[in-house]
Amino acid sequence: MVIGGGIAGIQASLDLADKGIPVHLVEKSPSIGGRMAQLDKTFPTNDCSICILAPKMADCFGHPNINVMTYSEVKEVSGKAGDFTVKILKKSRFVDETKCTGCCECIEKCPTKVPNEWEQNLGVRRAIYIPFMQAVPRVVTIDRDVCRKLTEDKCGVCAKVCKREAIDYEMKDQEGEINVSAIVVATGYDLWDPSVAPEYGYGKYPNVFTAMEYERMINAAGPTGGHIKRRSDGEHPKKMAFIQCVGSRNPQMGHPYCCAVCCMFSVKESMLAREHYDDIESTIFYKDLRTCSKNFYEYTERARNDYGVRTINSDGTVKENPENKNPIVVYDVGGRPVEEEFDIVVLASTLIPRKDAADMAKMLGIKADEWGFYTSPDRVMNPGETNVSGIFVAGYCAGPADIPESVAQGSGVAAKAFEVLAGSER
Amino acid sequence: MENDKSNEELRVGVFVCHCGTNIGGFVDVPSVAEYAKTLPGVVFAMDNLYTCAEDGLAAIKNAIKEHKLNRVVVASCTPRTHAPLFQATVEEAGLNKYLFTFVNIREHCSWVHMKEKEKATEKARDLVRMGVARVKLLSPQEEPRIPVEKSALVIGGGVAGMTAAHSLAKMGFPVHLVEKEKELGGFVRNLNNLYVTTKDATETIMPLIEKVKSHPNIKVYLNSKVSNVHGFIGNFDVKIKPNDKDEEVEHKVGSIIVATGAIEYTKEALYGYNVYKNVVTLTEFEIMCKNKTLPKVKNVAFIQCAGSRGQDVSYCSRICCNVAIKNAINIVDNYDNLLGIAEQTGKAVEEVPVEPKAPTEVLERRRRRSSRGRGREDEEVAEEVKRGPGERIEVTIFNRDIMSYGIAHELYFNKAREKRVRFVRYKPDRRPEVIMDGDKLMIKYFHETLAVEREMPVDLVILSTPLIAQPDAEDISRLLKVPCGQDGFFLEAHVKLRPVDFATDGVFVCGTARGPADITESIEQAEAAASRAATPLAAGYVQAEAIMAHVDQEICSGCGTCIDVCPYGAITKNEEGLAEVVAAACKGCGCCGASCPENAISMTNYTDEQLMAEALAALKEAI
Repeated sequence: MVIGGGIAGIQASLDLADKGIPVHLVEKSPSIGGRMAQLDKTFPTNDCSICILAPKMADCFGHPNINVMTYSEVKEVSGKAGDFTVKILKKSRFVDETKCTGCCECIEKCPTKVPNEWEQNLGVRRAIYIPFMQAVPRVVTIDRDVCRKLTEDKCGVCAKVCKREAIDYEMKDQEGEINVSAIVVATGYDLWDPSVAPEYGYGKYPNVFTAMEYERMINAAGPTGGHIKRRSDGEHPKKMAFIQCVGSRNPQMGHPYCCAVCCMFSVKESMLAREHYDDIESTIFYKDLRTCSKNFYEYTERARNDYGVRTINSDGTVKENPENKNPIVVYDVGGRPVEEEFDIVVLASTLIPRKDAADMAKMLGIKADEWGFYTSPDRVMNPGETNVSGIFVAGYCAGPADIPESVAQGSGVAAKAFEVLAGSER
Repeated sequence: MENDKSNEELRVGVFVCHCGTNIGGFVDVPSVAEYAKTLPGVVFAMDNLYTCAEDGLAAIKNAIKEHKLNRVVVASCTPRTHAPLFQATVEEAGLNKYLFTFVNIREHCSWVHMKEKEKATEKARDLVRMGVARVKLLSPQEEPRIPVEKSALVIGGGVAGMTAAHSLAKMGFPVHLVEKEKELGGFVRNLNNLYVTTKDATETIMPLIEKVKSHPNIKVYLNSKVSNVHGFIGNFDVKIKPNDKDEEVEHKVGSIIVATGAIEYTKEALYGYNVYKNVVTLTEFEIMCKNKTLPKVKNVAFIQCAGSRGQDVSYCSRICCNVAIKNAINIVDNYDNLLGIAEQTGKAVEEVPVEPKAPTEVLERRRRRSSRGRGREDEEVAEEVKRGPGERIEVTIFNRDIMSYGIAHELYFNKAREKRVRFVRYKPDRRPEVIMDGDKLMIKYFHETLAVEREMPVDLVILSTPLIAQPDAEDISRLLKVPCGQDGFFLEAHVKLRPVDFATDGVFVCGTARGPADITESIEQAEAAASRAATPLAAGYVQAEAIMAHVDQEICSGCGTCIDVCPYGAITKNEEGLAEVVAAACKGCGCCGASCPENAISMTNYTDEQLMAEALAALKEAI
């Protein structure tokens, strides 16, 4: 079983399935794809993220050895390596997955609009929805908390328009049990809410954004159709600031660690801005610009030299010019504070373990560090192993990692799981 | 193959999909189906609300049987997601799946021409006409299964190679592990300790070395090189040659893993390297620590990015900051231990002049201020004080950006700052200089915060030079037909999603052969490579693509252009010097066909004849 359908979990599943091992891939949300599906482009090639991911999602879903269980949660795990019993709750979508073709006509007709969490609440979605265009499976889901039929027994429009009769308001959550030999945990990360730290003004000043909000804005399929817009007046910014290490490398905020990906994604985001608009100028405020994988430093140099990205070695805090709602970044030049006005500020806020990471650790009996990242007893020589034999961890839930590292870890734990399975046969 | 269809009457069926309103709302689908019926060869056409739903698929199967269809066209969404489904459907009805053609009227018509229903419909008709023209010329194909030799070759006996070999062995596959040196262990053998542990590095990897040596599935070849590789995924013939003998050992293996590691960069006179004594590289320093031959010193300076990040090589070497920090902490914490034996063996250098001792209150102030953890404060305070004998060693790290990414590295960085290691930032246009002032080694640097030139005496300068590719990486690259990048390291198939694969099937890469990485990352990659390499071995066969290149040996001149352009190493020269396609390795990309000056190469089901028919059909209405 693989828990988590992001890129690490997808890779682990594919690697095992290709070796002839049946895999149950359990994903909490309605679609596999994870965080990578949410990103616009990927560094250091500026490849479209979903475009390179979507074929893998399709491979995974169509694989004869992979049973993809979306909108499902692991509830209980017992047993030991070679023989785990797992209780899984399959939440009701109120839609028959075998009938729904993903035509989305129901979505157009649904009258209930709610903030779209996929778009970081920058846009709206309906009560019946698919999280994103390339979702796998391409099946709609009814949000039981807001659907008028389910909450007030009114409406019922979606059932009327569905020509496939896929809507079933009576559908119940189902609990099932599966038996597995090994478990891969690849549950990924959450985003820290920077409004906790008032010095950045997030949530208070409208033109301060998080990096993920920015990713969705600059995505052509996102809530603004790829346009960067100020929250205060909808104008497109000409001068942008990126502030690094917001909440991270900061013991006071509880995250002394470095997230390992923010420097690169901010460099990328500043380059993308320039690709969208010739007249945008970006400045990155950083502690150390950590661009230390293949071609990363060269990429940063390209940003500086060819994209006119200014990099300033300083912390930054944010104030606001109340007249035009422009954020003002206060930073440090040779020990003196300097103030500079920008049109928008993008915060590279900390990536943290999932909020249910501790519950998951408890359920599985695996150890986590003080921040909630899953740990290996022998971190140096046996990454990916946990204190429980037969349970492995991969991707960001085991500590900061970028996409290729998560992919390698996904494949790596597949090898470890396969060793368990091959060992038990011989 | 081309003959199969010659005697058969062509009976084409066309299925046009509404996809609810996705297509139907913007394209007049029924009229497209009606139009299809008028095309030559089409004996049946219909429109479906959802072709991919059960009733839609059943309709295809029924029509194949009822109307004796021998060619099928589906006009709907994208082949990316739906081609396998429709191919399986026609096969269930007894038709070879290569006699099916997909026409995309959603992305190509309804989605891009939403506001022009008539034109979208016209384009849908054009595309269907092209599809019909093409499908008539297609021939049935098979996807041959090619058996696989269930064993692997791992090149390189460092931590990455050993981990990969051990993982494969544990899975039950025989592994040949080739190491050019006389013992296993690779680069790590040079190191003193590995960060996070204080244990001796070689001791840390000793259990792995023992496991590799004793595993019945692993055959270790020390002092040996891979001298020849021929073949393709699942069927490589490899020759292993001992360095001191001429006789080669031959083996057949299914997968190959490249884990040849990297070496440390050095350059004469780089910051006084090999010009002044006591200027050493990071690894030389580790060896000194390991062998306990450190000179007795008071002031130690690390210079980061020595030769990297645009100075000599363009890239950042990823690991040197963390290695420098580890060593800085070692020096501060454990200097006497590192020194111990050196003093006994008399290898320690002469002592440097003793400086007057700092007043206690200055030291106390400095301790208080630095415990706040800001490197810059440290740095300024450290300027004020002079040390006496028996005091701690002063360590300065000249750096550009400290790459202590992730959790453990960053915490180590903090620890170093708590231990009052000075971090002094420099810019590439004002690098520190190592100079000799009389008989005293000095570092001249520009203090960024105070904007002044400074000089400090040093007893030992440690240069954090980058890892560079092995000198023989290019030989291996040629031998295996896998590429190296501009930086000289092996180049993976995809920077994001295929980090340990080569574009050539059956060959994989891990560890520092791929680029700078620390031990844990190398191990992660090695396990990943083991997993990838095990896939064909576990399956026992590889499924060759049916769509592949064919060389007309009558026309081929043997120029070799196709061999150079093939990204998968799938073309070789046969005994007559003519090009030959390796079915198991060919992906049918068509690069060879496009580049062949003699027009001797064609692609299955993408022949000139077929493509011309489609192109002419596109123009037909216009003409």
